[in-house]
Amino acid sequence: MAAVDTIAAGEPAAGPAQGRPRRGAGRRDGFTPWRWLILVLAGVYFLIPLYAALRFAGWGSFGSVIHQSGFTDALGLSVRLAVITTVITLALMLPTAVYVHLRLPRLRRLLEGITILPIVIPPVVLIVGLLQVAPGFLKGTSYLLALEYVVLAMPFAYRSIDAGLRSFDLKTLVEASNSLGAGWSSTLRRVVLPNLTTALLSATVLTVALVLGEYTMASLDLYQTFPVWIVVFDQTSGPISVAASLLALFVTWLFLLAITMLGGRQARRTGGGEVALFSVARRDTGRTS
Amino acid sequence: MTANTAKGTGAGTGASGAAKATGAGRAAGAVGPAGPPDGAGAHVSLQNLSRFFGAVRALDGLNLEIEPGELVALLGPSGCGKTTALRILAGFESADRGSVLVDGRDMSAVPAARRDMGMVFQSYSLFPNMSALDNVAFGLRMRKKSADQRRSQATELLEMVGLADQARQYPHQLSGGQQQRVALARALAIEPSVLLLDEPLSALDAKVRVQLREQIRSLQQRLHTTTLFVTHDQEEALSMADRVGVMRDGRLEQVAAPSELYARPATAFVAEFVGTMNRIPGELEADGRVRVLGATLPIKGERPGEPSGLMDVLVRPEDLHLAAVQAGSGIVTIATFLGSLSRISVLLSGDITVQVDVPSAEAPAPGTPVEVTMGNTPVLVTTRH
Repeated sequence: MAAVDTIAAGEPAAGPAQGRPRRGAGRRDGFTPWRWLILVLAGVYFLIPLYAALRFAGWGSFGSVIHQSGFTDALGLSVRLAVITTVITLALMLPTAVYVHLRLPRLRRLLEGITILPIVIPPVVLIVGLLQVAPGFLKGTSYLLALEYVVLAMPFAYRSIDAGLRSFDLKTLVEASNSLGAGWSSTLRRVVLPNLTTALLSATVLTVALVLGEYTMASLDLYQTFPVWIVVFDQTSGPISVAASLLALFVTWLFLLAITMLGGRQARRTGGGEVALFSVARRDTGRTS
Repeated sequence: MTANTAKGTGAGTGASGAAKATGAGRAAGAVGPAGPPDGAGAHVSLQNLSRFFGAVRALDGLNLEIEPGELVALLGPSGCGKTTALRILAGFESADRGSVLVDGRDMSAVPAARRDMGMVFQSYSLFPNMSALDNVAFGLRMRKKSADQRRSQATELLEMVGLADQARQYPHQLSGGQQQRVALARALAIEPSVLLLDEPLSALDAKVRVQLREQIRSLQQRLHTTTLFVTHDQEEALSMADRVGVMRDGRLEQVAAPSELYARPATAFVAEFVGTMNRIPGELEADGRVRVLGATLPIKGERPGEPSGLMDVLVRPEDLHLAAVQAGSGIVTIATFLGSLSRISVLLSGDITVQVDVPSAEAPAPGTPVEVTMGNTPVLVTTRH
């Protein structure tokens, strides 16, 4: 949608708006049978296990899942952990990433390296380390596990926010905002955050998905989170535990879908990138560096 | 906006006379008298500014006065410190030495957000999450204006830059030129004491660039906003500014009205940076004059370091003369038609090519033997390359 120019000066609508290729144009032509084949194969690969699980569990099990002992507590704990982890992660990562982008761009590489460590280091090492340094009042509370999850979520959250910050000219926008009389809090609230919604949603999606699916740390630390409960319950009733797994899967899917659609709508309005799970698509502006 | 006293009558620049004011009236005529009232711009004084980035000296004792309502362009090659000077004035960088005064007030301790300076950036700087109207109204919002006031003022500004119909569009729906016009409206909306333009046209294509530069100039003259304009494009600087400061290595080589700068460059650097300049080998005589192309001429401007010897003489194409002579020492290689004038490249002995402007009607064809001569006016000399 090239900008319509109706002004008297008659300036041609040149620039980024026009130079942008129309989305989807010419793409459909290349949708060959090969692609269909791959799509079908991948679909079969993913859907057959789901179907098998569904058959094994039977429709009846779904209704009885919520009446099982421990279900509500486990789900409640997982949701609480997801919320706490997301809040702490964003509160830590957002200011850090913004600050590094604006003031210490040379440290960006280093920070990237640091934030990837939790993926490299085995979870057991992280747990033992954290237990060593964690203050006593945290032990046994859900906050301790949330802190462990914050560490685990760091690589994903940082990457999302970093990609979001790179998708627009942060420095120039902040300076423009300053020159117009906005202080730091106004600039963050009205300029930086609104342009990071996609990235923040993406970070949230990843963090929540990670917390809702994490098993190792929770079971090692003896927390009965939802995934742990499923495994434990599996020993009592196979079909119901499978039904619970499927339920968890669908709920997580719906949740991710909702966030993605939310981000997509925002992105379409402002021309920004859409939510992708590991990064944010680059904004298509004619920035110069 | 602070109530300033000076109303620009004593702008002190011969160039900003009645002729240009008429031009502004014509260009802005479509808008009518509804625009913001003629404010009086602030007086800006940059005093002895120095700024180091590690061992690199970005600014080295820069001094510049900008009169109220004046548009001064800082022109120079990349890395000459012009952007640093602008950013120090804006409050985005601090000077290691020296001071910035606006209407006599020291701005060193004033943060960028309180300096009351509108800025248009080189890269597109509109807030992507806001419509054109909201972008323009942003500064007014920060000044706690009411919603009605913001809307009416922002709409007025958008009308001034000819984009009233695009008020609801988001930046990504606007062309590059439109975005920069919205950015200009946004900067002017706060009725800034100083307008800062950091190469605002460099990302645009040639045609839009020329249109926008006329629009900026006419708005600036109408609003009488003191303006500092940074550019590496001499055509932009010469066509828009009341005065142009040519910078090199963190210093100002010369500050003068465009015509003055072109006709009487103070240094060889300015002479070569502004307009087209020929370098012709000459020899310094003992009497302080220079012998070049068979003539002996007085020297103006900087004296070369050595009392005598081989020098380069700097001459503009229009100050050279051509005569088609069968036994001429030069030969025409290229003739470029420029309209009423043609620019002729002549190959002289010693593998030197000079460019000479002649009326197109008298332009010799390539291959013609010619004699190149020069008038008897003083010339600039510089050390030989």
